[in-house]
Order: sequence, then structure tokens, then C-alpha cells
Amino acid sequence: MAQAITAHPSDLQADTLPATLVRGYWGSVAYRLRHDPITLAFGAIILAIVLCAAFAPLIAPFDPYQDSVIGRLKPFGWRGHLIGTDELGRDLLTRIIYGGRISLLMGLAPVAIATMVGGSLGILAGFAGGKVNMGIMRTMDVFYAFPSVLLAVAISGAMGGGIGNGMIALSLVFVPALCRISETATTQIRNLDFIEAARASGAGTFTILRYHVLGNVLGPIFIYASSLVSVSILLASGLSFLGLGVKPPEPDWGLMLSTLRQSIYVNPWICAMPGVAIFVTSICFNLVSDGIRAAMDVRM
Amino acid sequence: MLFLILRRLAYAAPIALGVSIVCFSLVYLAPGDPLQTVLPADATADVIALVKHEYGFDKPIPVQFGLWLWHVLQGDFGVSIGSRRPVIDEVLGSLRNTLLLTGFAVPIAFAVGYILGAIAGCTPGKWIDRVVTGAAVMGVSVPNYWLGIVMVITFAVELSWLPATGMGPRGSDAFSIFSADDLRYLVMPVFTLSMVPVGIIARSTRAAVAEIRGQDFVTTLRAKGLSEFAVIRHVLKNALPQVLAVMGLQFGYLMGGSILIETVFTWPGSGFLLAKAIINRDIPVLQGAILLLSLVFVATNLVVDLLQTAIDPRIRRA
Repeated sequence: MAQAITAHPSDLQADTLPATLVRGYWGSVAYRLRHDPITLAFGAIILAIVLCAAFAPLIAPFDPYQDSVIGRLKPFGWRGHLIGTDELGRDLLTRIIYGGRISLLMGLAPVAIATMVGGSLGILAGFAGGKVNMGIMRTMDVFYAFPSVLLAVAISGAMGGGIGNGMIALSLVFVPALCRISETATTQIRNLDFIEAARASGAGTFTILRYHVLGNVLGPIFIYASSLVSVSILLASGLSFLGLGVKPPEPDWGLMLSTLRQSIYVNPWICAMPGVAIFVTSICFNLVSDGIRAAMDVRM
Repeated sequence: MLFLILRRLAYAAPIALGVSIVCFSLVYLAPGDPLQTVLPADATADVIALVKHEYGFDKPIPVQFGLWLWHVLQGDFGVSIGSRRPVIDEVLGSLRNTLLLTGFAVPIAFAVGYILGAIAGCTPGKWIDRVVTGAAVMGVSVPNYWLGIVMVITFAVELSWLPATGMGPRGSDAFSIFSADDLRYLVMPVFTLSMVPVGIIARSTRAAVAEIRGQDFVTTLRAKGLSEFAVIRHVLKNALPQVLAVMGLQFGYLMGGSILIETVFTWPGSGFLLAKAIINRDIPVLQGAILLLSLVFVATNLVVDLLQTAIDPRIRRA
């Protein structure tokens, strides 16, 4: 190893060199990701789902709101309806493609909001310490004391449902966990020597926060947040399923499951289709999150 | 140990208080006046003032909270707007039915998850590890209410093996776990409910076992000449406290998180009650059910904490 480091630059191309020596941190993360077929494959599926949702009007074979009295709950392949029609005769595949818009939004937006709010609160608590830390973290403990589904249902139920309220409820559910992760990471970093060294060399609080703390805590926060996306998709579709999320006739996977559930005795397998979309999306986000965690080599 | 119990209790008390504050403020999160649901639309100002006084809404909010808490501590959660019955009766009755589900689901999930996780952890990288890990990811990713619907479609609609919903023709009060007929109603909800915890427990067991297998004492055990079976027994015993903690958390999550499963199977538990309360905007029931379920969660965490300390003396010394 020591030899390799002091070797002449032309030796760096040699095959015998350990891979980690020539790559920086991000280089080795990218290297590990490139050699992880599972993460790549499921990442590609996520990309496909996102593209489908984004370009829904171009891809979807039918109009998502076009109903038909004679074409209700028709089986797979009926008159060009690839996976059949729903309880109002609308094309199910089209509705699932359009439904991805809200489902993905409800998966990503609350996590993004909670990452910013929870992450900043945690960094503040960890960096300030003392009474500020006490105040923030004990408040978080209270919200931690609710099971996540219950808290989401309670808040959005009390507020009367809808996409906006659902988003607020889900963000509130995720804030405590993200706050705790970033507080732990910040507290660990804060007492390390290099922070002291930075302060001694004249760096202000803001500079230390911006360059030294943020650079070190962003990894764990990002990894944890990425694992929450699938939870958020599941919770959001659950809220819609209970009638607390999207209002009909808007296409949403959870809401579609809830309205189609009444028809399981008419055409059972049609009714299960929107759930397949939720399941696949949720698996993909979980596996990609696991892959990124392994590639970034973050321990929590 | 007694000191430790007292310290944990002292830590849980303010959290319980905070939880009750959150539940109390749910009333004020609701759009419009909290009295809207009880007052007729054409109520005169006099009537409104009278009802406000009656319900104590004319007092300052901290006083209202104090009064509410005082009543709650005496077991008085108010009266359901929908059924006109005391909230406490409704919630406790439904809590029993939810406990029935989780009481079966959690031990099953623990047994299955622990065995699968242990097998995977002992054979890292082998095909069986990959199969278990893959299955565990599917377990944590599945929308369990959808799984419930698929179960109903398969076993009730297509095969007619199991009843689709409810707790049987005799109703929830007569339900007995010693009657084979009644147990048939439990099969699908319990299976569905245990799916996510199986995944979570298998994943954490695998991680714990894999980590412990790499520790020095395992090498020592092998060097001592112990059989592989005996070594694994040591490893599993060391992984137990961590996994038990996860299981305890899952119990609390399921108590509060069975709302979707109960809706799918029309199981008259606390989650179903909550779903009904939300649809009917029955705020007292909503408040009472959420408060009791969260307190169950706080209490479970406390018990898990203490149990873990009792099992693993290393935590006590730390």
C-alpha cells in the first residue's frame, strides 16, 4: 500500500493497484453503484415509473376521466383496455399511469420537506447543545411516541383530509426521526478535533456549519431520508385508501384500491391492480435506498 | 433495578403529558368551530353561548386543557357524537379486538422473522441468504391493506376457504379464541398484519447475527472446539435483546397501525373505530382512541426498555 502511494504517476494505471487508492470518495461510490446490478436495475424501473408519470398524456392509451356505462369492470384485454376497466368504465392502465403523478409526489414531497425541517432542527440542536438541544429533542420525543400510521391519520383526519393536509401530516410524521439522525451525527462531529482546528484558524460559526458540519452529516441524513420514500408512498396511499388523501375523480393508487374494493366479487383481479403499482414502486425505492447506503458506506 | 425503573418512569411521564397535549390540540386542528358538529345550523347566539359554556369552550385554552386532562385521568373521555355512548367504553371494547389481532400477529412475526433472519445471518452471501433478504424487502415494501385485499380475493372470493370480513355471526362480544369457527375469522387479518413485522424482524435479526458472528468471542468459541451448532446458539442468544426491542416496537406500531387492515377486514377494532370516527367527524372518539393508542405505545416502549435491561446486563452498566 505504502509503495503504491509513493509510486510514480505512470504506475497508477497498473492493474495491480487497489481500486480504492485511485478514486476519491464519490468516485468509489459511483464505482460500487456501477457494479451493483440490483440497484441499477431497480433504479431503472424507478426512472421508467417517473417518466411514465411525467409524460402520462403521451403514453396513456385513453383519457383518465372518460367513463363508460357499458364498459364497467371489464376483464384484461377488453376492447384494447390492456388491464381492463374500473368501476366507472375508465381505462385502468391509463388511471394507474396518471395515478403515479400524485403517488410519487406524495412519496417524495413529504420526505423532502421533513428532511429540510428535521435536518435543520437536528443540526441546530446538535450544534447548539444545552437548553436548545433539550427543548428540541424532548419535543421530538413526544411526536416519536406516536406510531407513524396513527399520527398521520390523526393529523390529516382532524384537519379534514385532502392532498395538502396529507402532505403536512406525513411531513410531521418524518420530522422527528430525521431530526434525531441529524442531531446524533452533528453531536458526534461537533466534538471532533477538526472543528476545533477550523475555529482556531478563524472560521466563523456559519462557515463551520456550512462546510464542516453539513458536509459530514448530509450523508447519514440523505441515506435515512431515501429509506423513507417507500414508507411515505405506502402511508400516503393508505391515507387515500381511508378517504383522507386525494378526492375522486382524481386518479390515485390508494384511492383506486379503495373504490375498486367494493367490486371484488364482480371482477376480483382487476381490483388488485393499483396495489401492484404501489408494491412495485415501494420495492424499487427500498432496494435502491439499500444500494445507495451500501455504496456510500454509511453506518447508522 | 428499582432506581432504573423509577428513572425510566420519570422519563416517560413528560412524554405521556406531551402526547395528551397533542391529542387535546387535535380539536383545534379541525377546520371550523369544534362545536359545529353538535350545534344545529340555525342556532341563535344565545344557544351558542350556552353550549359553549356547557362544554367549557368559553374558558382560556390552558384551563380547558387542565379540565380535559382531569376528566381523562378519571377515565372520562366524553361522549361519542355518533353513538351517544361514553368514548371510554367504545375505545376499550375495540382495543380488546385489536389486541386479539396483534396478540397473535406479533409472536408469529417474531418466530418466523427470527428464524429466517438467523438462517440468513449464518449463511451470508449464499443463495438462501439472498432469498430471505429478498423476501424480507418484499415484506417491508408491501402495502399491507392491498395484501389483505389480495388475500380476500384468493381465499374468500375465488376459493371460499375463509370468511372475508368481520368477526363471525355471533359478533365481537361472543368471539372466543377457543372456538375453531371463530378462529377462521382471525386467519387472514393476522397473516396480513404480521407480514410487515416479519420483514422488519428478519432484516434486523440478519444484521444483528451477521455483526455478532464477526466478533472476537465467536472466534474464541470456535477455537475452544465448540460445534458450529453451539456457536450459533451463543450468537443467537446475543442477538436476542436487539431483536426483542424491535419486536416490542412493532407491537406498539401494530396496535396503532392496524387501522388499514381493520378497514379491509371490517374488524371492529380500535383502528376501525378510528376510521369511522374520521368519516363521521366524531372528534371525541378520535381524540380518545388516539390518546389511548399512543399511551399504549408509550407504555410498550417503557416495558421493552425495562425488559431489554433485565435480559442484557450490559445495558445496565453502560
